[in-house]
Amino acid sequence: MSKWSKSVYIERWTPSSRRAVIIAGLIILTLAFAPLFASNGVLDRLTALFVYVILAAMWNALAGYGGLISVGQQAFFGLGAYFTIRIAHLGLDPFIAVALSAIVVGIISYPISLIMLRLRGGEFAIGMWVIASIIHLLVNLDGLIQGETGISLISLNQYEADTRLTTIYLLALFTMTSLLVMLFLVLRSRVGSAIEAIRDNEDAASSIGVNPEKTKRLLFVLAAFGIGAAGAIWLTTATSFQPKTYFSVQWTAYMIFMVLVGGIGRFEGPILGALLFFLVETWFSSSGVWYLIGLGAIAIIFSLFLPKGLWGELERRFNWQFLPIGYRVEPKNNKLE
Amino acid sequence: MTNQIIQAILLGGYYALLACGLSFMFSIMKIINLAHGSLLVLSAYMFWLLADNYGISPFYGIFIIVPIMMFVGWGLQVFLLQKSAKAGELLPILTTFGLAIVIENLLFQQFGADTRSLAPYIGDLSWASWEIYEDIYVGKTSVYILIAAIIILGGLHLFMKKTALGRQIRATAHDPETAGLVGVNARKASVIAVALAMGTVAVSGLALGIRGVFNAYSGGPQLLFAFEATIIGGAASLWGTLIGGIILALAQTIGANIHPQGFLIGGHAIFFTVLFIRIFLSKGGMSRRIKSVLGISR
Repeated sequence: MSKWSKSVYIERWTPSSRRAVIIAGLIILTLAFAPLFASNGVLDRLTALFVYVILAAMWNALAGYGGLISVGQQAFFGLGAYFTIRIAHLGLDPFIAVALSAIVVGIISYPISLIMLRLRGGEFAIGMWVIASIIHLLVNLDGLIQGETGISLISLNQYEADTRLTTIYLLALFTMTSLLVMLFLVLRSRVGSAIEAIRDNEDAASSIGVNPEKTKRLLFVLAAFGIGAAGAIWLTTATSFQPKTYFSVQWTAYMIFMVLVGGIGRFEGPILGALLFFLVETWFSSSGVWYLIGLGAIAIIFSLFLPKGLWGELERRFNWQFLPIGYRVEPKNNKLE
Repeated sequence: MTNQIIQAILLGGYYALLACGLSFMFSIMKIINLAHGSLLVLSAYMFWLLADNYGISPFYGIFIIVPIMMFVGWGLQVFLLQKSAKAGELLPILTTFGLAIVIENLLFQQFGADTRSLAPYIGDLSWASWEIYEDIYVGKTSVYILIAAIIILGGLHLFMKKTALGRQIRATAHDPETAGLVGVNARKASVIAVALAMGTVAVSGLALGIRGVFNAYSGGPQLLFAFEATIIGGAASLWGTLIGGIILALAQTIGANIHPQGFLIGGHAIFFTVLFIRIFLSKGGMSRRIKSVLGISR
């Protein structure tokens, strides 16, 4: 053991990953200054992109790392928007309502996790859909929402159009960045190793003392919180809340598409997937139903022929790993001594 | 009151019929088919096409649509499930979800947003009813659907218990590799299981169409009903499915009595209640818990 440990060392950062993190930081810094030079139209589209990245990364946290495939994440997306309306209705600033709403969604997801995490595989998947359905129905019962007619976040009008757009943009950028950093830190921590152990083999992981329940719960609540924040931000860009559009299973379809195409269980995968989805949406969403058929068909093709997604494929071919969450065992060379 | 209970039991028969294919596939293949609802709506549209274009009564249509759907089941297993099931139990969920999106939107593309029904093509049967007691009427179609559910559930049960093929399918479900060692063609057994499930989906599509209206996106709710009936009744048993369907329908009826929008909420509520009770029971056993509360545990 000691002989062996002398000849190798554990590395967590590689030169290429150091460079990647610096570049990612520079990109985010540039994006933060974008309101100074970019047009309103560009800022609005970029806000949508940030929301997609959040959705994909959070769904991937659940499916790719927790092994929990959910087709009901629209529950939290809709709840995020609903509580923003509710809290803003109390007279609070709409942007404070967004932040509070995400926290409320995170808190609500905890008791839901207690029941749902008892289900496995496909049962969990549809069970979450039932959750989304019942939450949608309950939200419709709230008189403030006026059923499917919906309601607008009127208090946003207190801000001038330009200020509003810039604030929403920066809020989305900040939320996306902090959620990604949070996920990155979780995955790099001790809990992260546990999460990956569970992803690879749950029985083996629990036999060496990993508590799958606890780690899955952490991911479940994190994903609900993130998706709730995404729903709340989406509400500020769309201003009107119609339960049907927010609680639509289509949101989950988008998440699955992004993660499957980008690469499930990879940190970088959903970001790539969200970018591609953003482009596909920009170019093809005007083709209506065929656009959705195409998304579904591509999801099937990826799940059958490229289950690790594009990033998984790039990683395999070029041995890329930009954001290092794992451990690498490298042979020691004694040149320095 | 009595009337509502009877109607709920009949509705439960419909849910059991819906759930039958889903729970059969789950118990045999360990796959939850998220395209279940969409495939069911697809077959309802096929019945509608036959009736509308060629004047073929939906009841004769069974002899055409059931074989077609069984063939679809063969394709589903050979081209999608077989491959994706190899890569773990999670992938088929994604594949069948993608399939559901494709089917739904293709149907929407083809048939538009109008709702359709098979009721106009079954003559006066759609409103015919029996008076079983003073002022209590039961619709003939609802009774036929309940009977169909019982026949199909019973038939599947007997098939699995009594025939050689049924035993092979059960063996495959239990342990495909060992089944292969003793000469069972696991691949064939799986294909037959999926084809049978799709056959029941065809009949459920007929039931959906003659009970009411459907459109391209009706699949989602049907999937949820089927799933809830399966879980409430206990995922492993076919007869449990019938009980599950009836309990679901009763809860929905109670919900609708409490609040005008309570029909679906009632169904979901009983689903979560059953889940909750099951979790409570599995955690160290009910009797021990009661004993510990009473302070008589050792």
